[in-house]
Amino acid sequence: MDLEYGERYEAFRREVRTFLDEHKQDAPPAGLSGGARKQLIRWLGLQIEHGVWARTIPQEYGGYGAEPDLLETVIMDEEFNRAGLQRGMNAQGPSMLVPTLLEHGTEEQKQRWVGPTMRGEVIWCQGYSEPGSGSDLASLQTSAHEDGDDFVINGQKIWTSTADKADMIFVLVRTEPDAKKHVGISYVLLPMNTPGIEIQPLRTMSGDLGDNSFNQVFFTDVRTPQTNIVGKRGEGWKIANTTLKHERNTLNSNAEGTLLRLIKLMKQETVNGVPAIASPVYRDRLMRLQGRVLAMKYHGMRILTSSLKRESAGVAGLIVKLQNCQLHFDISALAIDVMGELGVLYDHTKYERDEAYWQTHSIFSLGLIIGGGTAQIQKNIIAERGLGLPREPKPATR
Amino acid sequence: MDFGLSEDQELLVETVRNFLAEKVPITRVRELRDAANTGDRAIWQALGELGVSGILIPEQDGGSGLNLLDAALVSQAIGHAATPTPFLTSSIMVPIAFRPLATSQTDTWLRRIASGEICFGLAITEIFSVREEAGITFDGSTLSGKAMMAIDASQADFILLAIGQDRLAVIRRDVSGLEVNRLVTIDATRDTSELLLENVEPEAIFENAGEAISALLDAGRIGLAADTLGACEAMIEQSVAYAGERKQFDRVIGSFQAVKHMCAELVAELEPARSLLWYAAHCFDTVPKESPLMACHTLAHISEIAREIASVSTQVHGGIGWTDEQNLHFWFKRIGNARHLLGGPESLRNRAAEIQGLAIAS
Repeated sequence: MDLEYGERYEAFRREVRTFLDEHKQDAPPAGLSGGARKQLIRWLGLQIEHGVWARTIPQEYGGYGAEPDLLETVIMDEEFNRAGLQRGMNAQGPSMLVPTLLEHGTEEQKQRWVGPTMRGEVIWCQGYSEPGSGSDLASLQTSAHEDGDDFVINGQKIWTSTADKADMIFVLVRTEPDAKKHVGISYVLLPMNTPGIEIQPLRTMSGDLGDNSFNQVFFTDVRTPQTNIVGKRGEGWKIANTTLKHERNTLNSNAEGTLLRLIKLMKQETVNGVPAIASPVYRDRLMRLQGRVLAMKYHGMRILTSSLKRESAGVAGLIVKLQNCQLHFDISALAIDVMGELGVLYDHTKYERDEAYWQTHSIFSLGLIIGGGTAQIQKNIIAERGLGLPREPKPATR
Repeated sequence: MDFGLSEDQELLVETVRNFLAEKVPITRVRELRDAANTGDRAIWQALGELGVSGILIPEQDGGSGLNLLDAALVSQAIGHAATPTPFLTSSIMVPIAFRPLATSQTDTWLRRIASGEICFGLAITEIFSVREEAGITFDGSTLSGKAMMAIDASQADFILLAIGQDRLAVIRRDVSGLEVNRLVTIDATRDTSELLLENVEPEAIFENAGEAISALLDAGRIGLAADTLGACEAMIEQSVAYAGERKQFDRVIGSFQAVKHMCAELVAELEPARSLLWYAAHCFDTVPKESPLMACHTLAHISEIAREIASVSTQVHGGIGWTDEQNLHFWFKRIGNARHLLGGPESLRNRAAEIQGLAIAS
């Protein structure tokens, strides 16, 4: 047990902190529209220059060019978090497409897309899920027929975040209709302004149509050159799985800050003139959540240690998404209960607390319990890959 | 940055686990249960020979001088084997209590504990829970009163007991005026009794022992949480193995999602609790300021998940899990007994709130 990061890393932490102290005011407001987008591009450029964004991406592809170092990444996350800032840009281009291109892309694809994506000049969306292919993603039906040097794409994607603001989409399509489902898929890049692409906003239960929007994307005879494929034809599933691994890593936020926010609420919120924290019932629920938060906090350190040693954390790693998402939901549930009959106030209504943060967080957490592999899919993975229990047999075909 | 066990610690766990698997298999636990024997000296002496009973005792007193994390790992292995032995009391709580109280007398006791020659019982329930009008008083020369739910006392050589909130005493098990009544609990693997004292002459009285009491509770709670976690591990291992071999409807039951998901949920609760336990034990030695809070949260959290793990593990086994023959109940009951042994979850969480200044009176 050694929980120190060491002097070299503490020096790096001071560097990051100094950068943030000096440049915090350059951070753009949330969102990708108009002025915010221009400010975002400047902000990301500044970050790359100082090595706190695109840090380990080679210089030839527009990055800072440092050696990969997990602890440095953790420190940057911690310091941006501490400053109350989003690190870099929270979008699927930098977090999912770029690592995939670096691993599987051609030299030309890397040159063309990595730098502009990291700088926020090109916004991407992800076209994976379909109405008929959710948990069973590999059954996807959006087709890409060969026609001369082109593919012609027809089908429908769903849960496409930021499709309405994206310049490009990375999309999974079926190029080999006669192959088995996992080996008939290809990974294709195409511009969102290609004729035949139609976007429909998908209103979620949060009612939010702002920057966290979801969409459906319809493809009708969408023509794109076959050279826009990443990797080989039929390897799209394998390639997408490296991307999904990157997504799972981004869904593991620490609940400690959220719990502190709940404690603050419980000190402020009074019922019958008594603060909620003074209620033994609410307080016991709070302490029970705090025990779970602490467990996940130190569990995170254990998983980080495995990553630093380049070892698999085994079953201990597989349970993180399942536990963290539920924990966030349960924290917001107590907050909503503490506010009692006022806990339902929403959408800037009079008497609303904290700009309805807790209802929003509750609904958002519920989405995370389902998204990126539902809780039930997670349990299958834990039991099958982690504990070695057999897969459910396929029903007999008739 | 290295959050995990060292190679030495991994080896320690393996050594103790193998030792217990050989010396005290569950068949032996069953024999002891049938003989109503909760204090088999052979096990305690063997642990002394193995060198783990003095794990927290300084090297100059014949121990290994290791840290609470090491002791917690041994406790976990003991819980995993459901071994009836006074390790929690004699090897964790008593040596920790004696640290700030050290005299030549306590050094001698520690030396004899480390060799496996003597063991201690513990009567401290009244520090956190007074029932049945229990309580020990000291009139300046002798002790009188009643102590409830004493641990490992009936077959011990000495007993460490609490007098109120800031005094401790050591008495001999065979001292005149002491009546020890075994209390039968659900758990055949941990010795429980009441002590009735009438003008008992103590071997030692420790005044102003608040610090020692606080430390022995923290260490005891972490050690007990480790024991419970070990019991949970044992139940989960058996459940996963059973789900992987038992067939119904022409299928291994572990292929049914209903059963498979139960197993996934068990391990999803267990693993973060293991991380929590490692940190709590580590911080007892390195960040003592955090220790009372971490000890309360760790035992409360592990007690909560353990009740669920014990129940669901039994359910994975179906009817056979409910029989005496399947042995699962030894762990189920050990977990059940541990839940309130050093403060139940509600009381621990209330303490955790107090420590953080959150226990504002309504």
